[in-house]
Amino acid sequence: MNKEKKEKMKIIVCIKQVPNTTEIKINPATGTMIRDGVVSIMNPDDKGGLEMALRLKDKYNAHITVITMGPPQAEAILREAYALGADRAILLTDRKFAGADTLATSNALAGALRCLDYDLIIAGRQAIDGDTAQVGPQMAEHLGLPQVSYVADLQYNQNNLLTIKKETEEGHQLLEVEMPCVLTVLATANRARYMTVSGIMTAFDKEVEMWNADKIDVDEEKLGLKGSPTRVKKSFTKGRKGAGELFEVEAEEAVGIIISKLKEKFII
Amino acid sequence: MDFSLTNREKLFLQMIKDFADNEVKPLAAEIDEEERFPVETVEQMGKIGLMGIPVPVQYGGQGGTNQLYSMAVEELSRVCGTTGVIVSAHTSLCVAPILENGNEEQKMKYLPKLCSGEWLGAFGLTEPNAGTDAAMQQTFAVDAGDKWVLNGSKIFITNAGYAHIYIVMAMTDKSMGTRGISAFIVEEGTPGFSVGKQEKKLGIRGSATCELIFENCEIPKENLLGAIGKGFGIAMKTLDGGRIGIAAQALGIAQGAMDETIKYTKERKQFGKPISAFQNTQFQMADLETKVQAARLLVRSAAYKKDENLPYSVDAAMCKLFASEVAMEVTTKAVQFHGGYGYTREYPVERMMRDAKITEIYEGTSEVQRMVIAAKIFK
Ligand SMILES: Cc1cc2nc3c(=O)[nH]c(=O)nc-3n(C[C@H](O)[C@H](O)[C@H](O)COP(=O)(O)OP(=O)(O)OC[C@H]3O[C@@H](n4cnc5c(N)ncnc54)[C@H](O)[C@@H]3O)c2cc1C
Ligand SMILES: Cc1cc2nc3c(=O)[nH]c(=O)nc-3n(C[C@H](O)[C@H](O)[C@H](O)COP(=O)(O)OP(=O)(O)OC[C@H]3O[C@@H](n4cnc5c(N)ncnc54)[C@H](O)[C@@H]3O)c2cc1C
Repeated sequence: MNKEKKEKMKIIVCIKQVPNTTEIKINPATGTMIRDGVVSIMNPDDKGGLEMALRLKDKYNAHITVITMGPPQAEAILREAYALGADRAILLTDRKFAGADTLATSNALAGALRCLDYDLIIAGRQAIDGDTAQVGPQMAEHLGLPQVSYVADLQYNQNNLLTIKKETEEGHQLLEVEMPCVLTVLATANRARYMTVSGIMTAFDKEVEMWNADKIDVDEEKLGLKGSPTRVKKSFTKGRKGAGELFEVEAEEAVGIIISKLKEKFII
Repeated sequence: MDFSLTNREKLFLQMIKDFADNEVKPLAAEIDEEERFPVETVEQMGKIGLMGIPVPVQYGGQGGTNQLYSMAVEELSRVCGTTGVIVSAHTSLCVAPILENGNEEQKMKYLPKLCSGEWLGAFGLTEPNAGTDAAMQQTFAVDAGDKWVLNGSKIFITNAGYAHIYIVMAMTDKSMGTRGISAFIVEEGTPGFSVGKQEKKLGIRGSATCELIFENCEIPKENLLGAIGKGFGIAMKTLDGGRIGIAAQALGIAQGAMDETIKYTKERKQFGKPISAFQNTQFQMADLETKVQAARLLVRSAAYKKDENLPYSVDAAMCKLFASEVAMEVTTKAVQFHGGYGYTREYPVERMMRDAKITEIYEGTSEVQRMVIAAKIFK
């Protein structure tokens, strides 16, 4: 870290509680998710982001704040984050946040972030339930910060600079970005550590700060249902693809089979 | 009594299940096949804090409970009986007697490194001629002024060869009978102390089970654990705690076999339907599920009493007796439900059946548990 900077590097990680299944059921009447009876977990990409922050903490003694917006039960993932090594936890919870789309969510989070000190903001790339990958980039826009999405690796350099490996469809890019900035991280970026037993023992003795809409710096019109321009027109469960056909043959024979199959379906 | 899990226990279970499924399960068949002690797992477990769960933080422990410790042994054993007993023997038979009987210097010297997993622990009571009749100790310790000199041998010692610290029972005054037995802390590498041959076993084949040999083994005076002549009592009390660990191991093995059998019988089809659809399967599995849950409640209740400093030796005997016999029954039937496939090493149930058997034997055979329970009812 920059020696002239007296304070520790401050990292904020945005984490979301999600149902532990990729097969979300939608209530056909309301078009919203049915969350009852599903086990909730910390979103995998967010766990990757938290691990990235924890590695910076191991190396540079950074201070980590985790923040989530959600119902009171979302406290569970904040306790988990404490057991993994986070230093401070904030739960944004208020009826006024309810019914938020991605814009209202990112506005609420940005409102909270404005009240906090940070050098680095880390979000997951994408939540496995909402799946939009919009919240991180939107937060960066609200806060006027540089952002890098799809982060697979990172290195801290002097003078507040980060060298970042960003995944792309073709391969990866190496980028340099100045802090403060927003990163959205992939679950595959690293192997998340296990909670320690002593971490679990002390996680419930620590304070989870409860913040409501009055506590954050944002126009109330931008929150919850009121602040959500998205209207769900229709939602449906995607039909499952049938099981494929399996041929265990030599390469040459395989080519013949593929060609005839493609012709059969008028693809070629 | 409250049967619901605390938030801590829930979070702990989330971690330990994850660890067992992702780190321990993938190695289970391999270490059994190769009879290989999983050093890498022990190192990982040390880092997470699984090697000193019920030890206060001031001694380098995790400040956890015996309840959490028994849950850890259960979950590890659900996927690998070997890994379960490594933790159980280390924690219950080495860490616990030092914590419960050691003086401040001994606790500060040994517990932090044992709890971090840097050192592994073992316990030597059994001898070729002193099995169930453990009072027949033939290992002697002679007071040589500024040191103790040990001679004799131990057999079937879990973690031997990989352990750094051994709690060893030896006779200090034969004329006193059980009151002439004392407990000692022996460190690896002490001159005159060596580890003998490793046993080839039916089950828990990745765990090390060896002979300990003492030939004029000189140990410092301060390595006496507890008072002189109190060794037999220390050993018996240590085994009381250990039985909760072994019961948890048995319970885990039983649960693992249940999980495998439920999955298999739903997939395997005969006579045009999954074998889980036969009423025989359903009724037998319903009985087994009930027994496993009963075993779990006995384990939880014994661990609860230990945590609350209530008398628990009879509870420990009952949970070990019941859980080990349930493990044997469940695993034997699991192989039966798997048919010929279950008899092969392609499926884990034959390993579970082999692993289950030891839980009826070590830390007091089932007969010994019945003696303990009977002694209470007919006292
Ligand atoms: C059309 C629409 C309507 C919706 N309506 C409702 C509704 O009525 N009620 C309802 O409960 N939900 C509703 N949602 C879900 C809600 O908008 C999303 O949960 C939220 O906006 C996050 O979006 P996402 O899941 O796509 O996250 P992504 O943008 O995929 O998440 C990226 C990252 O942003 C961060 N992040 C996202 N959400 C949070 C959070 N809450 N706290 C902290 N960090 C976070 C995480 O780091 C995450 O990895 C709706 C979503 C959509 C798209
Ligand atoms: C894999 C393994 C690991 C072990 N680990 C350890 C360890 O770490 N430390 C340690 O000190 N020991 C250890 N042991 C030893 C174990 O505790 C003993 O094997 C056990 O106590 C039985 O003693 P024994 O083998 O001499 O059997 P015996 O005492 O010879 O018993 C043989 C049979 O006779 C029965 N029997 C004996 N006496 C009576 C009686 N009075 N009434 C009715 N039935 C009776 C027994 O129940 C048993 O069925 C281990 C053993 C094994 C196999």
